Amino acid sequence: MPINPEFVGRSLPPGTPYEVSREKIRDFADAIGDANPAYSSPAAAQALGYDDVIAPPTFAILVAMQLHHDLVRDPALGLDYSRVVHGEQQFVHHRPIRAGDVLVGTPRVDDIKTRAGNDMLTWSADIATAQGEPVCKLTSTLVARGVAVEA
Amino acid sequence: MTASIRYDDVEAGAEIGPREFPISRLDLVKYCGASGDFNVIHWNERIARSVGLPDVIAHGMFTMAQGARLITDWCGDPGAVLEYRVRFSRPVVVPDDDAGAILTIKARIETKLDDARVSVFLEASTPDGSVLTGARAVVQLA
Repeated sequence: MPINPEFVGRSLPPGTPYEVSREKIRDFADAIGDANPAYSSPAAAQALGYDDVIAPPTFAILVAMQLHHDLVRDPALGLDYSRVVHGEQQFVHHRPIRAGDVLVGTPRVDDIKTRAGNDMLTWSADIATAQGEPVCKLTSTLVARGVAVEA
Repeated sequence: MTASIRYDDVEAGAEIGPREFPISRLDLVKYCGASGDFNVIHWNERIARSVGLPDVIAHGMFTMAQGARLITDWCGDPGAVLEYRVRFSRPVVVPDDDAGAILTIKARIETKLDDARVSVFLEASTPDGSVLTGARAVVQLA
């Protein structure tokens, strides 16, 4: 079943504010195998000019996961999540995410299309602090692999 | 922001890497936990195969994060990565053996931009072929 094109242009309710902790940054950096001290040592981060530890450039995907959680499971969208692979990802950082940030974002569905039997959904969100300071923009394309194109 | 690489010291065409990043099943399990992405294709080969994949595959975001490591270790300041985008062109298959997958990533400075920024083009591959296309970062140098 193709995904529902009526979702294009929709804005979704803002997600629950995401509170960035030192421990979550350390946990994420460890999971990607990155020992950069700016992710775990406040002193190392301060030596680079930051108030506290900063997050790796792809950390905002955690905020994205929270924002798109309800969207990808909405039965009206018709996305089979077990067939979903990640198609494209983009981050535009206004400044690095750092421990202590409380991040909010409003996801919107930019595009839905079918290409070579695969359903593709592109959505994006501007992420800002709860005080309204822009932090990053993320854009994500999910691909639901079609039955017809399996090798 | 305090990149350790000076804009005036780099030229377009300069290469970064290549560097090898091994990926094991344990890495995927850890990334599932840390990211909250428990999509079964990243840990269950029975279901991965049932949806037409050759085996369990790595999270695209895990591969993307390894590309970021190459760039942040080069420039010295993770906060200097202003933009980063990739297209996932081929899954990284991670077999259930002691070797896992080997991801090889290299980059080159594509363009010197204004305000001491550079555009960096990344290439990532496994022995099966290229796994990213259109992978680019914009980095703020000193």
